Amino acid sequence: MLQTDVLNYGIAAAEIALAVGVCLVLVVDLFVRDKDRDITYLLSLAVLAVTAWLVAPIGMNGREVTFYGSFVVDPMSRVLKLFSLLTVAVVFLYSRKYLKERDLYKGEFFLLSLFALLGVFVLISANSLLTAFLGLELMSLSLYAMVAFNRDSPKAAEAAMKYFVLGAIASGVLLYGMSIIYGVTGSLQFDEIATSLAAGQSNYLSVLLGLAFILVGVAFKLGAVPFHMWLPDVYEGAPTSVTLFIATVPKLAGFAMAVRLLVEAMAPVAADWQSMMIVLALLSLGVGNIVAIAQTNIKRMLAYSTIAHVGFILIGFIAGSPMGLAASLFYSIIYVLMSAAAFGCIILLGTKEAEADQLDSFKGLNERSPWLAVMMLLVMASMIGIPPFAGFYAKWAVLSAIVERGEIWIAIVAVLFSVIGAFYYLRVIRMMYFDPPKRVSTDSDELVPIVAGFDVKLVFSLNALALLALGIFPNQLLALCTAAFM
Amino acid sequence: MITLSHYLTLSAVLFSISIVGIFINRKNMILLLMCIELMLLAVNFNFIAFSRYLDDTAGQVFVFFILTVAAAETAIGLAILVVLFRTRHSISVSKMSSMKG
Repeated sequence: MLQTDVLNYGIAAAEIALAVGVCLVLVVDLFVRDKDRDITYLLSLAVLAVTAWLVAPIGMNGREVTFYGSFVVDPMSRVLKLFSLLTVAVVFLYSRKYLKERDLYKGEFFLLSLFALLGVFVLISANSLLTAFLGLELMSLSLYAMVAFNRDSPKAAEAAMKYFVLGAIASGVLLYGMSIIYGVTGSLQFDEIATSLAAGQSNYLSVLLGLAFILVGVAFKLGAVPFHMWLPDVYEGAPTSVTLFIATVPKLAGFAMAVRLLVEAMAPVAADWQSMMIVLALLSLGVGNIVAIAQTNIKRMLAYSTIAHVGFILIGFIAGSPMGLAASLFYSIIYVLMSAAAFGCIILLGTKEAEADQLDSFKGLNERSPWLAVMMLLVMASMIGIPPFAGFYAKWAVLSAIVERGEIWIAIVAVLFSVIGAFYYLRVIRMMYFDPPKRVSTDSDELVPIVAGFDVKLVFSLNALALLALGIFPNQLLALCTAAFM
Repeated sequence: MITLSHYLTLSAVLFSISIVGIFINRKNMILLLMCIELMLLAVNFNFIAFSRYLDDTAGQVFVFFILTVAAAETAIGLAILVVLFRTRHSISVSKMSSMKG
């Protein structure tokens, strides 16, 4: 199966096209006036479409390696790349309304998103420590800039600074781990590192030291407790369309990073990182679900819910089997869809004057728009994990993988924390259906109107309905995820 | 005779200094950026020492990339710092706590 071409540009065609496409958008955007900004928007979507067309046929038939062993495509990279393209397109569709309302409709948002996506692509296809590092940094640096993108907001600036400092520390720690692994194994390539570790000639303690540093870096990028401190602040402080981006695509990249660095390169010491990961996963589930209850800001609440979902994704890694990894991949994809819909709804309900980022803004949504309330109900029910929604199958797949491994107690703890977590999702549903909506003023009966174009409503409805559809027919996506790890 | 372990110890000491610097510094954002830079330089030290020890150039190539990325990272860090100063008129670390919970 393994084909090693020293230089085969063909299998990196999607990345090359994306890089060229971003440069094209960059140049075109320079000549576009503010009122014609839709050109940049449409061009960015076109770049995504072309890249998707190029990604689709690459890597279907097993593993291919190029660029002297530093770049790899396999079925997993194909699935992840296709879903990150889809997610970025959805993010763009949601963001247009938000950015236009706040005079942020500029080329920078699209450019930085596309650069971050390029970083995600490189990270997904990394086969050496160097490629992984470069992909990760391209993604992170774009994200730091995106958070600070609204230059007049003190909150966004503070969030960006926190994200930058903590992110840079995490990169430094990760690099330190990489340097130790390079020292003890003598190679930067993942497959050679695995071979060298399996031969068992390297000093076990040094390997553990490097492994611990690398795991910290991965946990930080995923947002697992106790490396989650940046997440709530960044989610709250960043403009909602940027939060939407950060909550979705980088999670797919984080999943790929964990697979490449831990599952592929560190396979011989899997037992060691799995036991470290149990701590991360259980702490994430606990802290995420419990602290979310105390939040009044829905962006912050969703940040803690993200932390809890990351706990579930990690459980698939602890299971370690191909089935467990497939379950984790499935969970990541479903999680990305759910959080895109949740943040999409915040964007949809927001207006120029008031951002809908408080829980109170969801009060009485049923009276204001029954259809949107039903759609948000689908999203929340899916996040809780109620059958027949997609969130249920994702949780079920992960838990059955860990039970098969024999660690039933982890499954029991995870379910208990999910039950606690159900409280804060149900609270949103209660507010939408049983609380009186906000009026324009205290003495009038007029409801606050929902200012959103048909396109945003359509995307949101499709996004929410996809969660229902994937819950009823999960087999296609499950099969795709399983095939990625065969 | 200076051996590999001497280099590794120096690098570990530099790395620790940078971590400690980040955590005990409550005053100035610029110091944070300097500590981050020091952290990356400590890593570079490691890579070069290993590269020489293993007689493998890949480690030195990695160092070039780390240096480039560090430059980009500092540029973005300073840009965020400018935005922060414009909106809050302060770059003190201890005042960065408007969001909590």
